This record gives sequence, structure tokens and C-alpha cells, in this order.
Amino acid sequence: MQGAPLVGPSIVMSSALSLAPLLAGIVGESNVLTAAEDLVPYGFDGTAALRQRPAAVIFPTTTQQVAECVRLAIQASVPIVTRGSGTGLSGGSVPRADSLVLCLARMNAILDLDLENLTLRAQAGVVTQTIDQTVAPHGLLYPPDPGSMRISTIGGNVAENSGGLRGLKYGVTRDYVMAIETVLADGRIARFGSACVKDVAGYSLKDLFIGSEGTLGVITEVLLKLVPRPAARQTMLALYDDIEAAASTVSAIIAARIIPCTLEFLDHMTALCVEDYAHVGLPTDCAAVLLMETDGHPAAVADEAAKMAAIAREHGAREVRTAKDEAEALGLAAARRNAFSALARRRPTTILEDVTVPRNKLAAMVTFIAETAEAHHLEVGTFGHMGDGNLHPTFLTDERDGDAMARVHHALDAIVTRTLELGGTITGEHGVGLAKKPWLRQQMGDDSFEVMRQVKHALDPNGLLNPGKMFD
Amino acid sequence: MADTLQTLDYAVLQQCMHCGMCLPTCPTYDATKHERNSPRGRIALMRAIADGDLAVSQAFADEMSYCLGCLACQTACPAGVNYAELFETARSTIERADAQPGAARSFWRWLTLRLIFTRPRLLRAAGRGLRLYQRTGLQTFARRTRLTALLPPAVRRVEPQAPPIAGAFSNRLIAAHETPTGEARYRVALLTGCIQDLVFSDVNRDTADVLLANGCAVDTPPVQPCCGSLHAHNGELDLARGLARRMIDLLPPDRYDAIISNAGGCGSHLRHYGSLLADDPVYRDRARLWDTKLRDVQEWLASIGPRAPKAAPFDEPVTLTYHESCHLVHGQKISRQPRELLRLLPGVSFVELPESSWCCGSAGVYAITQPDQAEALMRRKTANIGSTGATVVATANPGCQLQIIRGLREAGGSALVLHPMSLLARAYRNERG
Repeated sequence: MQGAPLVGPSIVMSSALSLAPLLAGIVGESNVLTAAEDLVPYGFDGTAALRQRPAAVIFPTTTQQVAECVRLAIQASVPIVTRGSGTGLSGGSVPRADSLVLCLARMNAILDLDLENLTLRAQAGVVTQTIDQTVAPHGLLYPPDPGSMRISTIGGNVAENSGGLRGLKYGVTRDYVMAIETVLADGRIARFGSACVKDVAGYSLKDLFIGSEGTLGVITEVLLKLVPRPAARQTMLALYDDIEAAASTVSAIIAARIIPCTLEFLDHMTALCVEDYAHVGLPTDCAAVLLMETDGHPAAVADEAAKMAAIAREHGAREVRTAKDEAEALGLAAARRNAFSALARRRPTTILEDVTVPRNKLAAMVTFIAETAEAHHLEVGTFGHMGDGNLHPTFLTDERDGDAMARVHHALDAIVTRTLELGGTITGEHGVGLAKKPWLRQQMGDDSFEVMRQVKHALDPNGLLNPGKMFD
Repeated sequence: MADTLQTLDYAVLQQCMHCGMCLPTCPTYDATKHERNSPRGRIALMRAIADGDLAVSQAFADEMSYCLGCLACQTACPAGVNYAELFETARSTIERADAQPGAARSFWRWLTLRLIFTRPRLLRAAGRGLRLYQRTGLQTFARRTRLTALLPPAVRRVEPQAPPIAGAFSNRLIAAHETPTGEARYRVALLTGCIQDLVFSDVNRDTADVLLANGCAVDTPPVQPCCGSLHAHNGELDLARGLARRMIDLLPPDRYDAIISNAGGCGSHLRHYGSLLADDPVYRDRARLWDTKLRDVQEWLASIGPRAPKAAPFDEPVTLTYHESCHLVHGQKISRQPRELLRLLPGVSFVELPESSWCCGSAGVYAITQPDQAEALMRRKTANIGSTGATVVATANPGCQLQIIRGLREAGGSALVLHPMSLLARAYRNERG
């Protein structure tokens, strides 16, 4: 493995493998994989430069099977790594060498669409986009739309508390989870939350499991909240010759009490790569592009769009373009969702960051990122959900170049430190996993960090659920 | 282009950043939900082989045989991974490692790839033999008396799928040089293909007619080598290089405004002679020039401004839909142009086919090597066609055309399956009343 750092100890214990016949008894022989050719493709997720072949992969299809498999694995002290479609961006589902991968991709049934209460109940392996496609004909919307929504699973979204392009107005995955079913570390099946809009019975443990990255339990089923689909939408592109002008436009729009559904930022490098891939008419000759979208009642949309265009011009936009129809608008949003992958056109390895700052600190952060990249002689493409203060500086490098990788690490360190100084967070939507683990204590402080570890220990005393993620 | 994964430029493998955007577009991943059966999974296996972490095993060979090579992943890939190159290099690696032993397999590969599909006259002779078998009642006799049971299993499976051989091949239907009435605006060469020539020689005639109707002088050499697509696809890169050189010798690219292919599968290979012969100092430059001249016929017509037919292709109004050949839409990124041409047809209402760019399961010899998966994809395709209510299906690749004809027949459908050039040619002919 050229340049790929190993994850965790690389001693392969035979226990996960020796469990295979027993696991096959639970999920069926065809749902247990142990051959090298089958395992290599489960050694990674969507995160760069992290790879480790697991000992076995299984595909349970019911909660009951998950519970039985967990019980079996825990008894044998075999670590469990839960996985959906493996599109995560913090290494959350990258396995350990001795681990059993619990892949929920085949638990993909939509169990109920309740048009009276506006909810949808689904197994964890349902693909995110399928949920929105299922509810759209009924005039409903499931808002969270992470970049990988075409293939990411809802279970993975809940476990990572994924964001997306519409977070500014609609919030993130957490805001749409009403209840969950989860298999605990000892194999018990627990349910938290309910179909009630109001529910304050006991601790909100549902919220503890959302974003827990597979370290506290295996989420097997979710009940989701749906909202009315907006009647109108308008998408605009604002073009800038300087990045800070784009950032100050975003701050001004927020300060003007306008909450658009999307305020996406792409720098020159990102716009170039995205356009090269998608050919959607993104300008490639400006320093920054803002993709702005407002939705809702047609009159409100028209009013907000006009105000946003005016604010953009006041803050130095060279030009403001409006998407001529729904197809063009969808094309632009879809192209933006692929920004991270499109940046990979430039260089072999793309190291993605997820720092988030209060929105009035955006201009300072964007400038700092550019300066840091230059100081460390690194190529960077920055894009992100500017309306959320969530930036994705992406270093374009080559994992085989040890010197360059060291410089990337120094640059990341500097960016994280600056983010925390500005009152920001090391991850806005990708999760801690392996990629952000080195900085969690720095952000939390010792006491808060220790509370998290205590929670982990209380729910998973043997440390066998996704070990090594979030903290050691 | 390298012959093995071990010698391949490592950057081609690294281009995949395993984001997973390819997964929802891959027909085999869709069927199994196993990462191994996905593009990024296969690339991970290739990389493990290049790294020396995995042997070129029978399981790897099986996996690369299970891959359709439809290249839907290449369209979906934001990172610009060249899956076509990886796919062919992987299959070549397998052949060189002899990962799929077996005397029978070796014999059939030798007979088809090395012998018949490198000798156009022999291929036509084989075609004539098959035609004789099909038309003299021998086929019916052999099947009725169960003589076919004596054939080796591989042949027995293919025998009923053997397409009906055309009555006359392209060389009897098209003169070596044909000129349009009026002034010739362009000079083009027409490639007649192998399966197209043996089974759908009328499509070649129709293509020539449409080119003539659009002001092109058409050169069609009566004997043409195979383009080498079949060979490259099946891991025989050296044979593919030899065929590419012969093709370039036969049709020097500097003599033509365009070199025209009407088969999606061939065109996808034909336009990459430049990379195939990149290490050949004698042919390199001509191969690069060749790539700039190679055009799919629909792409070419759309670029020169096609003349709208004044007559309808059919007496009655019809509903038409369009199935995209994988190697036309994904391999060559030609998707808009065939639709534009079909919309020019009077008396035809065009409806979009759901999942129009999802593989029909033909995929070269896939129906022979992976019959179950091919069958499942065929049924999915015919169900989608049925949902449109179309009475005519247009598609621009002989493999797809055969597969869909067979699929519709088995599903009890009656829709006609025609190449867009055949529809245009019919319309132009009807102009004469």
C-alpha cells in the first residue's frame, strides 16, 4: 500500500473470520463475505488516504439479525464497524483489520409513509434520494441533501448527522429525525423518540445517537419528519473578482434578515473543476461564485431573490445571473454537490476539510485559508455552505509524496487552530471519525472531552462499536 | 497504453478517490449491493494488484468478466477516472497471467479473436456458412433431432442466439466510391463493422444513403478489418494494435473530412487509436490524427447541419423511443445528437425511454459469458420499452439492436427495432414518392 497509513493495529485476529459460519447461520451464507477479493473493496469509504481490509463483511436484512450478529460478535470480542454505502468523509466507516463490517445496504425498505402525520419510516439502508423521490409526488419534501444523497443511506446520514446544501433554512439531518431504533452494544434493541411532535419523556437519547458515528449503537430504523414542498424556487449565480466580497455578501444577506435555502460558495479552482466535469455553465474566469437559492411562496421568492441580487451587487458582484428554468437550477445544484469529487480531477489525492465558523467570521477564515495554503506551498480549492459558515478547503496533493502530506498536515493544524480561535468547530457536517480525531480534545477542552468518553464507556463498556473513531 | 496493471501509470488508478458517485449508475452493483461488483470496488482490486497486495486470481478474472464495461461509471465520475482504460488493462492483465485456464476457453479465444476476427474474408466466409446453416433447414433439422446437444456447452448456449445472417454483405450493397447528387460538400469514409456487416448490412447501406443525402461523398472499402474493439475489450491489446494499424493504412485519415462509424461499440474504441498506439513511433501521429477525424455518424450529421426529411418514414404516424448504446452515450458522450435527428422525422412522435442509458445486457459477448445478468438487464429494458407504448425503438449499435429484438420477441412485444440511420433513410427514400 503505497503511502496509505494503516488504521489501528494491523494484527489480523482470526476471531471475526472464525465467526463466519455462525454469522452465516443468522444472515445466510450469501450474506457473509470473507474472500480477499470481496474484502478489499470494503477497506475504505469516501475519505482520502485511509485504507484497511476488514476480516469479514455481513449483510443483515432485519433488526433482529443485526441484534443477533452484534451479540455474537461482542461475545467473541470482535469489533463491529457499521457501514451504509461508504460515502463518509471522515473515515467513520473505515474498518479495522480485525473487525466485522456490518453493511446495512440491503436493509433498504421504506416501511411506511404517513400522509396524515407527514412522516416516513425507513430501514437504515434506504438511499437518501429515494426518500425525497418517494415523498415528492405527495407534495412533500425531505430537506437534508448531503452531497452524496444519490447513494448515501439514511442510516449513515443519521449516524453522521449529515448536512447539505439546504442547511441554512432547513437545518440538518437531526432536525428531521423523530425517532430511531438502535441495536445496543449488548444486542438489546432500543427505541428512542416517537411520532409525537412534542415529546419530553426522559432524556432525549435519540439526540445522543444522532451523530454518534456508530460508536454507541447500530441504528437500524428511523422515523423522519417531512415538510410541505415549496411552491416556487429561484436559483442565482453571483460572480466575484475577489473572494472576500463573496463572503461579505453572505454576511450582509443574513444581516438583512433573509434566510435563503442555499448560499453556496465556490472559489476559482472549484468552479473550474466542477465546470470541467458537469458543463453547466459555471463561470471559470472569476475568483468566486455564490450559488444562491430561495424557495417558498412565489411572491416571497420573487421578493427575496430581488433583494439578494441587489445585496450581491452592492457588495461587489461583477454580475448576477438567474437560472432560466428548473432544469438549469437543478443542474447547478447537482454540479455543486459533486464539487469535492470534481476537485480530484486536478491531483491524485484530495484532502478535504470541514471547518465551520460563525458567519460573521467567514471573510477572515476564507482569507486565512488562502494565506495558509500559500505559506505551505499547497494547492487548495475551497468551497462550502457559506450561509452556514461551513467551509470545505480541499488540499490537492499526492499521498505518495510524504513531504507534501506533511505540509498538508501542518496547514490543517493551522486552519483548525484559527477556526477554534474564531469560535468555530473542527467539523460542521462530516463528523470526527478518524480524520478529525486529532483535534477533538483541542476543541472540547479536557472536561467536556472526558464526559464524551464516559458516555461512550457507559453504552459500550468493551469498546467494540466502531473502535478508534472519535477518540481512542 | 500499458498491457498490465503493474506497468500502468499509477496516477490512472489514483484518479479514483472512491467517493461512491459511480455506485448508483452501475448495473452490477445495483443487482448485488456488493462493493466488489461496483466500479470503485473493481478499481480497488486493480490497485491492490498494482500494489502487489492481491494476486491476479480466478476471482479477479470472474469479477472483470462480470463487469459489463458499459462505462456508465465514467459518465457519473466527477473525478474523471478513465475506467475504459482500467477495464481493458485489467482484462489484459488477466490474459497475460493466464488466470482463467482451460483448453476449451483457449481454443475458442484463439478461433474467434486470433483467427476469425482478424481476417475479414474468413469472417464473411464463416458468416456465409452460418447463413447456409440457418436457411437450408439444417438448423431446424439439427434442433429437431437434438444434434445440437452434441455441441460443446459454450456453443450450445450461443447457438439459438446466433443472429440471422444478412442475405448480402456490405460490399454487395455499397460501391467503393459513391457520390451525392449535386456538389459533394464533404468526403467521408464509412466503416462497415463486423456484426453490422454480417447481420445488419442494410444499416450500412442506409448510413451511406443518409450521408449521400447530406452532401457527403462516401468511400467504403469493400474489405475492412475489424476495428479491434472486440480484442481490446477481451484483453488482447497487441491484436488490437495490429488491427488499428491496418485500419489506418486502409483509410489514411488525412484524406477525409471524417471517418464514420455507425456502431456505438466500435466508435468508442475507434476514437482512441491515439492512446492505443501512443508507443508506436511509426503510427503515433497518424493515430492521433485519426482520432480527430473519427465521428459517430449521428455526431457528424448533427455537426454539419442535417437536412430534415420532407417525408415520413412510415405510412402511419408512429410513437418512437430511443435506447442509448452504452458506448455511444458513455463511451463517446453522444446523447443529444441522435435525439435531434429522430425529432426531425415527420409523422413520428418521440417519447423518452425511462432509464434510456441503462445497459440492455448485450455488452459484447456478455450474453454468452454472463447469461443470467444479461437476461435480467434485457427484461428490465423491455419492461421500460413497454411502458412507453412505443411501436418503434431506435438504437445505434448492432449488439443492442439484436438484444432488444430478442428481448421484445421473448416478451411478446411487436415493436420494430431500427437504427436511426434506417429511419432517416426510409424517410429520404419516401420523398421520392
